[in-house]
Amino acid sequence: MPEPVRRVFGKAAPLEMDDVDTDQIIPAQFLKVLTRKGLGKYLFYRWRYDENGRPREGFILDRPEFRDSVILVAGRNFGIGSSRENAVWALMDFGIKCVIASSFGDIFYGNSVKNGLLCIRLDDETVRRLRVEASKGNLTLDIDVESEMIRLPSGEVLRFRLEPNVKSWLLEGLDEIEATFRDHGEKIREYEAKMKSFKIPRRAVLPTE
Amino acid sequence: MSRTVLEKIWDDHVLARRGEDEYLLYVDRHLTHEVTSPIAFEGLRARGRRVRRPDLTFALMDHNVPTVDRALSVRDEHSREQMRALARNAMEFSITLFDYFSPWQGIVHVVGPELGLTLPGITIVCGDSHTSTHGALGALAFGIGTSEGEHVFATQTVWLRKPRQMEVVLEGRFQGYATPKDAILYVIRELGTGGMIGHATEFRGEAVKSVGVEERMTLCNMAIEGGARTAIVEPDDKVYRYLEGAPYAPSGEDWEEAKRYWDTLKTDGGARFDRSYRLNVSKLEPQITWGTNPAMCIGVSESVPDPKEVEDQTQRRMVERALSYMGLKPGQRIEGTPIDAVFIGSCTNARLSDLVMVARLVKGRKVSPDVRAMIVPGSMLVKRRAERMGLHRIFMESGFEWRNSGCSMCIAMNEDRLGPGERGVLTSNRNFENRAGPGSRVHLASPLTAAASALEGKIADPRNFDLVSLDELELEWVSPWVERNILEPLRGG
Repeated sequence: MPEPVRRVFGKAAPLEMDDVDTDQIIPAQFLKVLTRKGLGKYLFYRWRYDENGRPREGFILDRPEFRDSVILVAGRNFGIGSSRENAVWALMDFGIKCVIASSFGDIFYGNSVKNGLLCIRLDDETVRRLRVEASKGNLTLDIDVESEMIRLPSGEVLRFRLEPNVKSWLLEGLDEIEATFRDHGEKIREYEAKMKSFKIPRRAVLPTE
Repeated sequence: MSRTVLEKIWDDHVLARRGEDEYLLYVDRHLTHEVTSPIAFEGLRARGRRVRRPDLTFALMDHNVPTVDRALSVRDEHSREQMRALARNAMEFSITLFDYFSPWQGIVHVVGPELGLTLPGITIVCGDSHTSTHGALGALAFGIGTSEGEHVFATQTVWLRKPRQMEVVLEGRFQGYATPKDAILYVIRELGTGGMIGHATEFRGEAVKSVGVEERMTLCNMAIEGGARTAIVEPDDKVYRYLEGAPYAPSGEDWEEAKRYWDTLKTDGGARFDRSYRLNVSKLEPQITWGTNPAMCIGVSESVPDPKEVEDQTQRRMVERALSYMGLKPGQRIEGTPIDAVFIGSCTNARLSDLVMVARLVKGRKVSPDVRAMIVPGSMLVKRRAERMGLHRIFMESGFEWRNSGCSMCIAMNEDRLGPGERGVLTSNRNFENRAGPGSRVHLASPLTAAASALEGKIADPRNFDLVSLDELELEWVSPWVERNILEPLRGG
């Protein structure tokens, strides 16, 4: 159950790439875990470490001026590919609280919402401009979820939009399972009472191969 | 009002709506595997929750499993721990499990349809993006995350945004060497990796109707790589025949009633799609990826791009980066590039019909001595059926390794992988950097192109090889199921 997210304030780091897939965010070998904690050290692992596990020079989030970033400004189609929720856990464990991009992979976006990682969609041009600003190493953004506004150091304000239920989810951090039962438990029972028997798998018998 | 097949199934499962476009859908089938489930089960335990419908929930092991002899222990400690965790969770929550040793084990998206767990008109979710595969049987299937999986375990429902709808119409007929894999690679190449984001894709048209259910699964499987939320094909007699007699498929009066319902699951004449894309597949040439996402793709006779000719700066940098990662020169021809390995497997292309096609190309020929070539059947049932037909002998005589089932080199969570800098032609679905192991260079292609490349030891055009006819395969044992569902469609039936 995620903590409420009302405001994200802090440094932004640019990631000048489109189509960043979840395999890049966290490679498959780090999916062999039984807990979601501590995945931050594997974030963008192949870009940060070589095949022998030695740090590579120069990855953006490892540079001194970006090490404490809490906002990632990416490009188009961030988080496409595999459904692995570990991608969201790794970003959050690393300290990232918000990703700004012009589009997101659908499953990644859904996973982010469930975990309280703020994903903001802005148009291509604005995202590019933010990346350029961020690359100077001292772009601090003040993001307010309730008013759906990003305040830049210059005083400029960018507006973004969250669906109302995503917004209330972020602001309240509710237990969704409990809410589903509370609000829709009756509907679930009704569906099950009417469910056709052909939809329910019988105990298997020896098959025709 | 006219509706698409997707809308009909959607409407039959919607329980509630919240916000602008989020809907609560009942989940008829929840499939789960060892990698994305443990934290969901942990969440249930932490709050004292149970799995609401264990009878609609099925677990299996596929991502981590070794594909060598099952009598050997699982050497990787972390893989073993995840597999054991699934076994414990399945027992604790009373879920049917097809474990490592089960004769029904296999890749979840191969096993679901072949066991009849996947049916037309039902909703299916699984913690795996390629769940869209099940749409080929007319199911409404979504890949979900782990938190969503926990919600499904507890409530048997899932909150989903209603996808916009897109039709991809494949006209004409697949001729000779162009396969559904080539068609979907071409579609992604044209539309881009984000081209179908937010959309559910219905595959329609003569080419879709004319192929078998397994080939349709290849299309639906890879729609995800174009960003689609899911994919679907109208169910027809071919689907019914594929399912009839499967262990979990309905039988008797239930079967008749099911078919009457399934017959209503057609896209109405006047139904509207938000987007439409058409492709005539008759003249399609075999496709192969050159770069590090599935849209970086060309015809096998074409040349890789030259960054100098790419205008957009971000795109140019990505092309440069991909060429450098893949060890390819700007503008070079792809055909003839030496390779180290060939992998025929994965939820995209490791079903029986794929293996028959490979056999038609490799029978009586030898894999190049420079190439490691392995065939990893999509399930243990696929493996047994292939062995009864004698396909394994054709493969082994050609020099292919004949493995047990699992996700294998497609995700490289077991020992099957490419070494740093090694180049492979894979029949799987993702060619991302490091996907098949750190530093691996993956070219995605059809089983025919992969097989031809294995024989030549370099990226090869399958059109260079005559295919033997099905009769010339001299199959040893062909069951009625195999005749009807695998061989008939390949004969153009």
